[in-house]
Amino acid sequence: MRRKGLCLLLGSTLILALGTSAALAQKKYGPGVTDKEIKIGNINPYSGPASAYGQIGKTIAAYFNKVNAEGGINGRKINFISYDDGYSPPKTVEQARKLVERDEVLLIFQSLGTPTNTAIHKYMNAKKVPQLFVATGATKWGDYKHYPWTMGWQPTYQSEGHIYAKYLLEKHPDAKIGILYQNDDYGKDYVKGMKDGLGDKAGKMIVSEQPYEVTNPTVDSQIVNLKASGANVFYNVTTPKFAAQAIKKAAEIGWHPIHLLNNVSQSVGAVLKPAGLDNAKGILSTFYLKDSTDPALKDDPGYKKWLAFMNKYHPKGDKTSSFTVYGYTAAQTLVQVLKQCGDNLTRENVMKQAANLKNLELPMLLPGIKINTSPTDYYPIEQMQLQQFDGKEWKPIGPVMSGELGGS
Amino acid sequence: MQLVFSQILAGLSTGAIYACMALAIVMIYQAIDHLNFAQGEMAMFSTFIAWQLLHWGLPYWPTFFLTIAISFVGGVLIERIVFKPLKNAPVLSHIVVFIALFAILNSSAGFIWDFNIKSFPTPFGTTPLFGSLISSHDAGMIAVTIVLLLLLYAFFRYTRVGLAMRATAANPESARLVGIRVGWMIALGWGMAAAVGAVAGMMIAPVVFLEPNMMVSILLYGFAGAVVGGLTSPFGAVIGGFAVGVIENLSSFIPDVGNELKLTIALALIVAVLTIRPQGLFGRVIVTRV
Amino acid sequence: MSKRDIFQRLQGTRGGAARPQILVWLTGFVIAVLLPLAFKNFVLFQLTLAMTYAIAILGLALLTGFNGQFSLGHSAFYALGAYTAAMMMEHFGIGYIWTLPVAGVVSLVFGFLFGLPALRLQGIYLALATFSLAVATPQLLKSKPLAPWTGGVQGIVIIKPDAPFGLPLSGDQWLYYLTLMVVVVMFWCATNLISSRTGRALIAIRDNPIAARAMGVNVSLYKALTFGVSAFYTGVAGALGAIVIQFVAPDSFTFAFAIALFVGLVVGGVDSIAGALFGGLFVLFVPNIAEQVSKGLAGAVYGVILILVIYMMPSGAAGLVRLVVSKVARKSVQQN
Repeated sequence: MRRKGLCLLLGSTLILALGTSAALAQKKYGPGVTDKEIKIGNINPYSGPASAYGQIGKTIAAYFNKVNAEGGINGRKINFISYDDGYSPPKTVEQARKLVERDEVLLIFQSLGTPTNTAIHKYMNAKKVPQLFVATGATKWGDYKHYPWTMGWQPTYQSEGHIYAKYLLEKHPDAKIGILYQNDDYGKDYVKGMKDGLGDKAGKMIVSEQPYEVTNPTVDSQIVNLKASGANVFYNVTTPKFAAQAIKKAAEIGWHPIHLLNNVSQSVGAVLKPAGLDNAKGILSTFYLKDSTDPALKDDPGYKKWLAFMNKYHPKGDKTSSFTVYGYTAAQTLVQVLKQCGDNLTRENVMKQAANLKNLELPMLLPGIKINTSPTDYYPIEQMQLQQFDGKEWKPIGPVMSGELGGS
Repeated sequence: MQLVFSQILAGLSTGAIYACMALAIVMIYQAIDHLNFAQGEMAMFSTFIAWQLLHWGLPYWPTFFLTIAISFVGGVLIERIVFKPLKNAPVLSHIVVFIALFAILNSSAGFIWDFNIKSFPTPFGTTPLFGSLISSHDAGMIAVTIVLLLLLYAFFRYTRVGLAMRATAANPESARLVGIRVGWMIALGWGMAAAVGAVAGMMIAPVVFLEPNMMVSILLYGFAGAVVGGLTSPFGAVIGGFAVGVIENLSSFIPDVGNELKLTIALALIVAVLTIRPQGLFGRVIVTRV
Repeated sequence: MSKRDIFQRLQGTRGGAARPQILVWLTGFVIAVLLPLAFKNFVLFQLTLAMTYAIAILGLALLTGFNGQFSLGHSAFYALGAYTAAMMMEHFGIGYIWTLPVAGVVSLVFGFLFGLPALRLQGIYLALATFSLAVATPQLLKSKPLAPWTGGVQGIVIIKPDAPFGLPLSGDQWLYYLTLMVVVVMFWCATNLISSRTGRALIAIRDNPIAARAMGVNVSLYKALTFGVSAFYTGVAGALGAIVIQFVAPDSFTFAFAIALFVGLVVGGVDSIAGALFGGLFVLFVPNIAEQVSKGLAGAVYGVILILVIYMMPSGAAGLVRLVVSKVARKSVQQN
């Protein structure tokens, strides 16, 4: 059965490759697909400590409503089933199995979190169900050799760390770096990226590493330590709340280093404004999505599209949060994959098409950043651009860079 | 040495947060004889109400007092609606209802105001004091905590209602016999706890930023502070809160594991203190007759 | 619940009322054995998980319900069991079956050692101490000295076991039956423990420690031992849970899980052995129900359900059953 499916799959892609309309290919459906609908599963933390991320799931749902209202994908409506796991790995396993075994979805899309996705990594690959465009930047999601059914989406945390390291080596080779990071996989990946990027100079350049737990009420004590360490570069690997606290506290105690802020917390509306725009002046960060709070975007056609979508389909969504931009762009990537699949909506073909995205540009990706995948490249977004905050908005400095991780 | 001093000061300023919370916890403990697990979420919800009022354009101080009043009424209502029918249920069932209340408040706040952080204003400004180690807001927060403590102390010691409340918590049956309306005293206790919580929330939010989960971890530190100080002593709770803040910061000096495990170390220390003085540093020993 | 009730119930389990109870248990067991014929693997997986929670809650019930010691930190022992199992399989390649008793014993030792200082703490102070343990667990698991063994923040992925001896069962079915067997053994042991001399000593300590001491019960030893036994149950549950989920990570064992277990204990009925099963099902399924009612307000719905449950049965499911049974019994006595 499976071999037959593969033959058909090869056949249909051949037809696609010849440029013939997909409609000519024989209809071929995997689980969860009919002539009328495509069932897509998703797992998000709508409750619990990480519930801020629940916005991503809500935005994706809103975007699929828009797709459905506009006629669906090749005539099929998307039936988006999203469950809550409260960021607890055992619950993720339960919800993933519910989606795969009870709801029989075609694929699971944008499940969020590293420990949660790790919990279902093996299961999804054993079941051969696409675990597509997971919402986490760990490096392991691009392991196409061992886990061909799992693919990441956003730039990896490590590659972002590389970019900062490259920048420092170029511009401030004598920097003394102080690091504040969240004590989990996400924080440690960022630190690893920085250390790998600095190479053998890491030991000399990094003068202090301060971890914090999500259960810490504040990071004041860590900031005090960093200042005392004499660091003149602040590598700030924190989630929005702690980023705002750190920016504010550093300014309050009169510490003004070169400030590198991770991508997660760069939103003007959700982080820099609460922290105080003056305090945030001069901060550097890397971007791959447009910042919806950037006033310079007012006439940007991509931004206008996003705004129209938000107003019509997701009026309750937060327009100052980067999560709504993230969910919007991720959902568009999936829609592109499903369009490419045509009428061959098997799980095999979904993975094949997901690994066949060529120079895809989306409205809210920064100009010049393109999504590219291949059967040996499971990292869809690999380019980023360094920008600096001028007290009002982010201004690009330097070209679009790529922080590829040379294999892994 | 300079660093140790800085860490102690930083510990004092976070300690002020814990002290504020610990005070609210002790308040309700005095009134109902339970630790209220929903205390933090009540404070968080009150702060959101204040934020909403400010957002609608009310000036700070009217908002401050109006929020306290609203929270007081809210606390009384929670007692009357949720807990009065459970008067005779076992203690553990009460705790489960606290947990339920926690879930309800947390989830509704997220639903109404979403999970993004919001900045909350401070009336004290953020001018750096003492060589820029603590800000004027921290100092203001410490002052407010102390004023609150004095007011509560006077209330429980010198007013009839305060005495009646203490009697109710200590021995409801005898209190009823001398003519105290026990039910209303408990409701009043809830109201006051909510009001103190609201003050704590409005003092804490400028530092940690307002969001539905802001109190979850602070509550734990508040508990720790209250328990270390002794649950029967508001004064002890405040000292306990400051102590927890300082101990936590100082444990980051332990080599290798200090930074990663500072909360763990602080908690272990607290448990150790408790095994030596089970009633807390300033608490009274409660003797139960067999 | 008063002392007389306990006394009556203790008599009941050994006296004439024993037969209908055994019948109920047997029927339940037969249904449980037949369930895999009726349900898909996914439902079995859920039930298996619920059973592991039930074992953990039973451990908590022994401690809280029968011995009067309060714990908000049993997620720590669950984690200990889970990690013991995972590390044995990962680092030493030991078969999963053997991890269960080892996980239990490791937890027993830790529980006993934790129970010793806890002797000095009562009520709320003990609650704080145990709650601290729950909060500290994830941090300890990912701390630098332990990370080489625990996998740090990444956790450990476990391979799912297949049915042994070529039994014609799917992996999920096998794990279901395995867990069911463990449940039967553990619940049977707990029942015997409670109705034994030791069990009466435990209950006496709960109801009146001073009187118990006067009667010659070594209160300290019994209390610390109960902590150990309780941790044993929870540790075995944790090991089973790890095998069922096939993954352990610090984020799986936060204090939220400790609170979930506690809620399960209370809604099942703190001093009821059967109530633990109800509690296990509650912990697993009620959040799912809440989520179906409203995604945005899932937490609020869960809270409301919880409050309603407590209103309807202030002493848990077991309390309600007991009430109904005693009412029916009284009626039948009157009719006679």
